[in-house]
Formats: sequence, structure tokens, C-alpha cells
Amino acid sequence: MIEDDHAPVFKALADSTRRFLLDQLFVRDGLTLTELESKVDMTRFGVMKHLRILEEAGLVVTQWSGREKLHFLNPVPIRLIHDRWIGKYRERRASALAALKRELEDES
Amino acid sequence: MTDAGQKSATTQVYRVFIRAKAQAIWDAITRPEWAERYGYACPMQLDVRPGGEYRAFANAAMKAHGAPELMIVGEVIEADPPRKLVQSWHPVWDAEAAAEKHTRLTYEIAEQPNGLCKLTVTHDVAGAPSIAKMVSGEIENAGGGWSYILSDLKTLLETGRALAA
Repeated sequence: MIEDDHAPVFKALADSTRRFLLDQLFVRDGLTLTELESKVDMTRFGVMKHLRILEEAGLVVTQWSGREKLHFLNPVPIRLIHDRWIGKYRERRASALAALKRELEDES
Repeated sequence: MTDAGQKSATTQVYRVFIRAKAQAIWDAITRPEWAERYGYACPMQLDVRPGGEYRAFANAAMKAHGAPELMIVGEVIEADPPRKLVQSWHPVWDAEAAAEKHTRLTYEIAEQPNGLCKLTVTHDVAGAPSIAKMVSGEIENAGGGWSYILSDLKTLLETGRALAA
């Protein structure tokens, strides 16, 4: 169940234009579509499509400020992957090392 | 509205979907016994009504590292349980942050049709650049800010255990 939650995030991050758009928001958050469009060599429609995928993955959250729709980078999904995947592997490696230590100590 | 762009650059937005009821998320945010179970695990007091006081204190580990008793102060601006909490948020433990403007923190909880709840945290850090760095997790070895807190909150509510537990 939890792994399925991450699928849209991995899919969204698999594209270099989308990673570039996220990098732009990392440098300066809360940009409009027009501002983001000016940073890539792509049609407005193309940028919108990428932003929609990022939004569906939860990596971009939009908020209205007056008449402007602003795009914010939401780092939480990446943090969740870090905490649940990388943390998990780190734990496994640590327990493997602990097991190895026990084995070596038992031999001596 | 010429400063709209400027203003937006000083707002941070965080969102997480949690498999829990809105009331459970509300309790985890507003009740002291929950506050000590995830994130920075600081004891806190929160009087959940407009004008009510918010105070967060150093936990034992922080005190062992020389942190002062009182860490963060604030005041409730709007409380609509279990949907919305708006409060001011002002760290006092760090001299640079304490000298900056009081920031504005908004929690929004929305139940989704699929049994998930959407929690959105909007932190308006205008006039508070060092606080902006602190809560975005940009400061190395300082815990990871909102991303870490919300990831830990999700883990606690869905599994009954925090990440560090």
C-alpha cells in the first residue's frame, strides 16, 4: 500500500524537464506558470502538462494569491521516500553488520 | 500587488496525505501529549482559541545540549477544529531568529473520499530569513524542518510508532 503511494513520485521524477522545474522552485518558490514557462524551451501547454504530473504526485502544491496561481515545491514526498526506503536499507545494512560482528566474535 | 512575487517567495507550503481521521491529525497537532511523540518531541502548551497562547519547550535532550527552557512562542489567530489552525510562531531560543518578525503558520486538514486526510502546512516566513532556513530543513544536522516533522507525523499516525522510536 505504502509503496503504491510512492509510484507517482518516482514517475514524476523520472523526467528531466520535471526535475528542472522542481529545481527552479527550489531556487525560488511560489512561481506562476508564466514565470516557469520562461525558464524552459517549451510551449505553455507542455509546461502545464508537466506541472499537472508534478501536482498529482504531490511534489508541487498550488495556492492562489489574488488572481495569480502560485506553484510551490513540496519536499515532503521526497522526504517520505528517504525515510521509508533509504532509512530502511540503512537499517538493514546496520543489522547485517551487527550480525557479522556477532558471527566473528563467536568464532574467536 | 507589485510585491506579490516577493511575498510568495517567503511562503513555504508542505503537504502530506495521512491515512487517519481529521480529528486524529488535529489532536496530534494541538495536544501536548501528542506533540512529544513525533518531530522534535518538544513539550508544549497550546490554548486552542483565538488569542490563546502557544509555547514550546526544550526536551531533555535539547536541554542536555544547553538549550534554554522556552524554545518557541506564539498566539492562536484562528481555530476551527478539526479543520484549520492559524497561529503565530516565533522561535526565541536562537538570537538571530528571535530578532526576526513573528511568522504565521497555517494548518489545514481536509478529509478525502478515499479515507486519506490531506494536511497542508503553510508557513509565511516573510521578514524572517533565518527562520525560513530553519523550518525548510536547510540547516545541516538541525533535524530536517517541516518535511521531517510531517513525515514523522504520518508514520506515527499510520503505524503507531514514530521514525525514531
